[in-house]
Formats: sequence, structure tokens, C-alpha cells
Amino acid sequence: MRQRPTDETVGLRPKDNGQPPYLYQDYVATRLRAPKEPLIILPKTLSDMTGPAYGRGPIGELDDDLTRQHAGEPLGERIIVTGRVLDGDGRPVRGSLVEVWQANAAGRYTHHLDRHPAPIDPNFSGAGRCLTDNEGRYRFVTLKPGAYPWKNHDNAWRPAHIHLSLFGSSFRSRLITQMYFPGDPLFEQDPIFQSVRDREAQQRMIATFDLEMTEPEWALGYKFDIVLEGRDDTPIEDRR
Amino acid sequence: MTSEPGLKPTPSQTVGPFFHGALLDEDRSELVPPDHPEAIRIEGTVYDGAGEPVSDAMVEIWQANQAGRYNDPSDNRQDLPLDPATFSGFGRSGTDEGGRFSFVTVKPGPVAGPDTGMQAPHIMVSVFARGLLKRVVTRIYFPDEEGDNANDPILSSIVDPGFRKTLVAYDEGDALRFDIYLQGENQTAFFEL
Repeated sequence: MRQRPTDETVGLRPKDNGQPPYLYQDYVATRLRAPKEPLIILPKTLSDMTGPAYGRGPIGELDDDLTRQHAGEPLGERIIVTGRVLDGDGRPVRGSLVEVWQANAAGRYTHHLDRHPAPIDPNFSGAGRCLTDNEGRYRFVTLKPGAYPWKNHDNAWRPAHIHLSLFGSSFRSRLITQMYFPGDPLFEQDPIFQSVRDREAQQRMIATFDLEMTEPEWALGYKFDIVLEGRDDTPIEDRR
Repeated sequence: MTSEPGLKPTPSQTVGPFFHGALLDEDRSELVPPDHPEAIRIEGTVYDGAGEPVSDAMVEIWQANQAGRYNDPSDNRQDLPLDPATFSGFGRSGTDEGGRFSFVTVKPGPVAGPDTGMQAPHIMVSVFARGLLKRVVTRIYFPDEEGDNANDPILSSIVDPGFRKTLVAYDEGDALRFDIYLQGENQTAFFEL
């Protein structure tokens, strides 16, 4: 018979380095989607120590500027989001795809399932992508997204956030996360943010305002460094 | 996942329900054209713990080519052919209203195992969805590889035969079926990396 651990232990251990559990009761959608069987430890092989170069076609010229993808200018507070993508040893992750998506300044996604009665901005799709440079740096120009309501619990609101999707150097380093803005009063009641229980780990999801990145009379700068799992600690030649 | 000293990772957060415009704007579910002479079709449904289809998931696959080589500079086994222009090894499919996803690809060759010996042909799978705070990782093995599957070090590490069988696709004739049960009695085996 399979071992039946308690719900709280699946995917939540000290060695998880602040990662959220699969099951977090306050985030209602996890209740029927979190796996409950014990995870199988996967030893390192070429299958997971390799990964897609970046998984898609060429990057378009305006893909990293979400404010210039339409004929007119979108409404909202223009921001620059930039930072470095690093592995666990602090080495830059170079030439790696970063995909982003977000709500518009009013808190509405360009998506047919978003029924929040806030205006759609015809000049803002809210999707972008870029590749990291030789220092692992990425940079987007966008708008500060608005908070928006959702139906998780009574009077539930998501703090403003930008979704980021990263590949890194191997299958192991794949990450989808959300970047939050400093000082948001909605953190305390947001179960997705709070699913990361460790306070220090929570800080790793919050961008910092950066005056140096701020462009005078143009856009506020936010810095957000990302650290991926899956550093390459065994020479690949030894795994043949 | 790793406990050695160093920088701590950025925590994972759910992909949410609104990723389609950014992540699925291009169709990447066909790794080879459907008329490729050795094309195989893999299809399946993602189910939640109540047995309901998950209509807002994204499934990604990563696999070696037919020779068993990965399209990544880290796999530098020059003796095996590589076809980077025609086979990336990466695919992405959303799920539809019925929770269904599909891929058109080729069957990968065998790949070296963690110690000595080979792994049976397999495809790495990640599933992202609203309600998944981090991805689940599984593998697709092939039903016509009974001998290799029996010797595969990863499959063999799963003690319960019913649980092990969740990783082997089912041959439906015109397609291989690989359903993914996130939770419940039929839950698919998932890996910790």
C-alpha cells in the first residue's frame, strides 16, 4: 500500500527553500488540484539536465515594450522592470527566454475569461518577451498593473503583479512566478502570495523601486532579480 | 530543492488562468509535421481530484530526438546525430474546455541513465495550471517498450505497480493516450526534482 502522508507535508519541506506547497487550503483552487501522493525522487540524468534553448520563435522588436505594441499609447503609470536571471551559484543565465503577462492599469486582462468590470485598454495586450543578455539581464517597459478582484473568498483582491515565465539552463530550472510591488497592502489577504510561508522567501517575489533605473520624465524603474533552481553541479561528460 | 549554500531560489507562483495570450500565442504542439513518416500523436486529458477536466492547464514536453540526443549544447555526444533545424524537442499545448491536450512528435531514442545503463524511451512533462502553485513533473513512457520499461531505473524506483503504470501511455491505435490525474485514486506519479 502506498504511504499516505498528511496533506500539509506533500511538497512542503525545509529543503524546498521557500517554495510553496502544492496544497494551500486558503487558495481554494489547490484543494482539488494539489497532488497528494508522495513525490518520486528523480535522479539527475541528461533528460532533466538539458532543456530547450528557449522554446519558441524569434523575438520581435517590440516584444519587450508592452507600451508600444498598438497604434496608440496605453493608459497607466509607465514602468521599467529589469533585473538579472541567476543560477543558485550566482552565475548569469544567458540568452534565456523571459515571457511576461499582466493585467492593464485598471486591473483587467485581455482574456475572454476575465469578467472583471474594469475597462479593457485597446492599446494594451499585456504580453511580452525578451532574451537575457550576457550578464543575465532582462528588461521590459510596461505599465504598472492594477489590483483586481477574484472569487477565492469574500472580497478577495490580487495584489498588483506581473507573471514571469523562465526556462533557464535546463528542464530543472523551469520557473513560472509572479513579481509583486513593494508595500502593497493586499499581501496580507492574498493566499497566492501567502502560500510562500517563509517571510524571507516572500521578499524574493517583491521588486524594489530603483531610482537609477528610473528614466527622468519618462518611467519609474523597478529591479527584480530572479534565481533559478537546477545549477549544474556535475560535469555533463560524467553522466554518459 | 537543493539545500547547498548559495542564492535561494525565487519562489514559484501559479500560472493563473490568463496566460494564453503570452504563452500560447504560437502553436507549439507539433514538434514535427503531422505528415512526417514517423510522426506519433500523443493526446490526453488533465483531470482534477473530482474527476473534472482541467480546462485552463498548460502542458509542456521535452524529449530527445529519435537517436536519443537532446537538442541542447549540454548533450555533447557527437556520435549521435542532431537535427536542431528540424527538431527542437520542446512542445507546449494548452488544454481545451474538455481538459484535452495533444502533441505530434516522434518517439525519442533511449537515453543514458543516472548510473550505468540506459533509460527506456520517455518524454519529460511539466503541467502548469491555476491552482498549481508550482508545476507538476511527470514522464510519458511507451507501451511498446515493455522490456526496456521493466529495466528503466526511474520506473523501477516506483514500488506500487498501479502507480508505476500511470507513466505508461496507452496505445489507442491512431494515438497514444496519456491522461494526467492531478489528484485522487488514479493520481499520476509526479516527480520531485
